[in-house]
Amino acid sequence: MKLLTGNELRSGAVTWWTGNGWSIHVEDAADVGEHGEAILHAEEGARRVNAPYIIDALPTANGPRPAHIKDRIRALGPTVRADFSLKPADPAAGDWII
Amino acid sequence: MVEFRYRPDEVTEQPSVTLDAFLDQSNATAVRLEPDDDARALIPFLDRLTLIEVAFPKYRDGRGYSAARILREAGYKGELRAQGDVLVDQIAFMRRCGFDSFAPEASLNPEAVARALSNYDHVYQKAADSAVPIWKLRHG
Amino acid sequence: MYKYDNYDQAIVDARVADFRDQVNRRIAGEITEDQFKPLRLMNGLYLQLHAYMLRVAIPYGTLDSRQMRMLAHIARKYDRDYGHFTTRQNIQYNWIKLEECADILEELATVEMHAIQTSGNCIRNISSDQYAGAAADEVVDPRPWAELLRQWSTFHPEFSYLPRKFKIAVIASAEDRAAMRLHDIGLELIRQDGELGARVFVGGGMGRTPMIAPEINPFVKADDLLSYLEACLRVYNRYGRRDNIYKARIKILIHEIGADEYRRQVAEEFAHVKTLGIDPPLAELERISAFFAPPAYDASDVEPDRSDPDFAVWLDQNVKPHKQAGYAIVNISLKPIGGIPGDATSAQIDVMADLAEKYSFDELRVTHAQNIVLPYVAKRDLHAVWQGLRDAELADANLDLISDIIACPGLDYCSLANARSIPVAQKIATRFADMDRQRDLGELKLKISGCINACGHHHAGHIGILGVDRKGVENYQLTFGGSGAEDVSIGKIIGPGFDEDGVVDAVEKATEVYKALRQGNERFIDTYRRVGMNPFKEAIYG
Repeated sequence: MKLLTGNELRSGAVTWWTGNGWSIHVEDAADVGEHGEAILHAEEGARRVNAPYIIDALPTANGPRPAHIKDRIRALGPTVRADFSLKPADPAAGDWII
Repeated sequence: MVEFRYRPDEVTEQPSVTLDAFLDQSNATAVRLEPDDDARALIPFLDRLTLIEVAFPKYRDGRGYSAARILREAGYKGELRAQGDVLVDQIAFMRRCGFDSFAPEASLNPEAVARALSNYDHVYQKAADSAVPIWKLRHG
Repeated sequence: MYKYDNYDQAIVDARVADFRDQVNRRIAGEITEDQFKPLRLMNGLYLQLHAYMLRVAIPYGTLDSRQMRMLAHIARKYDRDYGHFTTRQNIQYNWIKLEECADILEELATVEMHAIQTSGNCIRNISSDQYAGAAADEVVDPRPWAELLRQWSTFHPEFSYLPRKFKIAVIASAEDRAAMRLHDIGLELIRQDGELGARVFVGGGMGRTPMIAPEINPFVKADDLLSYLEACLRVYNRYGRRDNIYKARIKILIHEIGADEYRRQVAEEFAHVKTLGIDPPLAELERISAFFAPPAYDASDVEPDRSDPDFAVWLDQNVKPHKQAGYAIVNISLKPIGGIPGDATSAQIDVMADLAEKYSFDELRVTHAQNIVLPYVAKRDLHAVWQGLRDAELADANLDLISDIIACPGLDYCSLANARSIPVAQKIATRFADMDRQRDLGELKLKISGCINACGHHHAGHIGILGVDRKGVENYQLTFGGSGAEDVSIGKIIGPGFDEDGVVDAVEKATEVYKALRQGNERFIDTYRRVGMNPFKEAIYG
């Protein structure tokens, strides 16, 4: 599956396209299929996202898992600061990234 | 199209020729320099030139800033025009390097340009403009 | 320390307004990200993995307690309560919001700080020797020269769109604590026939193609220096490659045309530039130098009481001799075992500010090894300083040891990285946590970069580690034999890469080879240079 991600223009926070808006949670991300480029240009033009790009991901029972470690780190936070993880209480979060 | 001009004389819309054409015994009075042209090749002819247009195909390519200073340092008094991918936030530096007219590809907001040109009251270095560097203000 | 006059302050204040306007135009859609990017970079604002990152300049690594406390305040108010000190003596904040950036700059400007030219294809923050003004071996304090260069390079109209970034370091000692020859321009101040001037090295750097800067001029007089540097930069701006970002640094230009041809072109350009009157009078250097006059030393030369063994270890490892009798240079390690190299919490930054105010004539330094220095501590106060540091978990006695690791932020934070650096640093430091073992290994500079850009200086590590992406999996290459000091050299890759645990094992094996082969007081790098790579390779891959 293909996901569209980027950073919020004002806050810089990592954000994922949900099909009708943006979420900071990768679980909410929707498969953009062939429409990624069109959504990317529209959303960038509307300044709702900065530096958007399309990535590969695998669908799993717990939601999409980005194919590359870089995007998994983006999804949850630095691996060396569990306190800043989006899932600080989830002991499996680290394994999900690596 | 010339959008901003900081010279008292009239615009003379003369077609500029390439450096190669000029050096090939042209009697043109306007020349266009590309980023990889050597501005110093024009030094023997500065007296008869009224316009030197310096091309900025991409704003990230800063060779034109050196070209401008070299021409001014050699005594060129004619119009020095920056043409191409010229952006608001570059005009103050370009003015300091000796450009006195601007033909940006994409039209610029005149208020933003005016702000960019008036934002800093002082400069640290001596360049091709008349601004007095801070060290000179400190020591007279 | 240098103090702004009204001119300096006006420029920094104007920059805040300027940047606020640029941010507003970006948020309003008047300029695109492509147009905004060089503008924000020239003010140190990156878009990283998780947020915007702001790099604040600490010119030549010198700051006072008021400025240090402001850095803590920024971390507390606008970031997540910590900052990251970098290999170019700056500080980075990792969780910045674009819409708050101008407010941060406004607060910084109240203490004579800014983020001007901490990124972008322009002349970056001028770096220097963290022991400047305190080192026994210095010819002169290099910082007035660095300040002169800071002013000259700030908003330089001709050199703000260079082919690539441009880094300058200034030192004034034979011992090089600033990796001077790994800069685009390295200046070594020397005295010749009673006159001060600079040896000029041009074309060093790390990154994809590491190079040691050749000497381009053996002596440039103080009142010619700016003209000479202007000539160096102009030749680069005109002829540096712009067709390939990886070949755009000045080191590639000099490598391609040769040092002799570059020297000739600079000499020709200098002969012209010198006629333009761009050099300030020597009175300007004297005016700046007056701010760097030695502090009012008043301590007698008493040796501290070494009866506390932990204190004694710290004294031996982290405290260095001072040029003034009765004083010492204190190094504060930001490399706790298992910690993140270069990170400090707001509370720790405040503690260091307090100690500087009380015990170091109000001055601190940031080192390129991502540590902090208190440059002027009376020996009678060393125990009190150590206690204050210990209470803030800042008294690790590991300066220049294997756990004093330089590491870039790597893939945990950086959008350019290919692999994580910090976890590798943490695992190595933890493996060698035993301090007796570390001290037995002696000086061993280990440096880790998470990509080929080499922000973690791996080329200059006695042991260097480079993280690469091998089909989506982190992989680590090992290099031996680099040095960023006066014995400057570039490390060589020893063989195939490792996974994270594998590279830690390989480092440990290398230290065992060293221990078996070392002679006398040889450091790791000395043994390596004497015996070559083979014994290490055999032990690691054999």
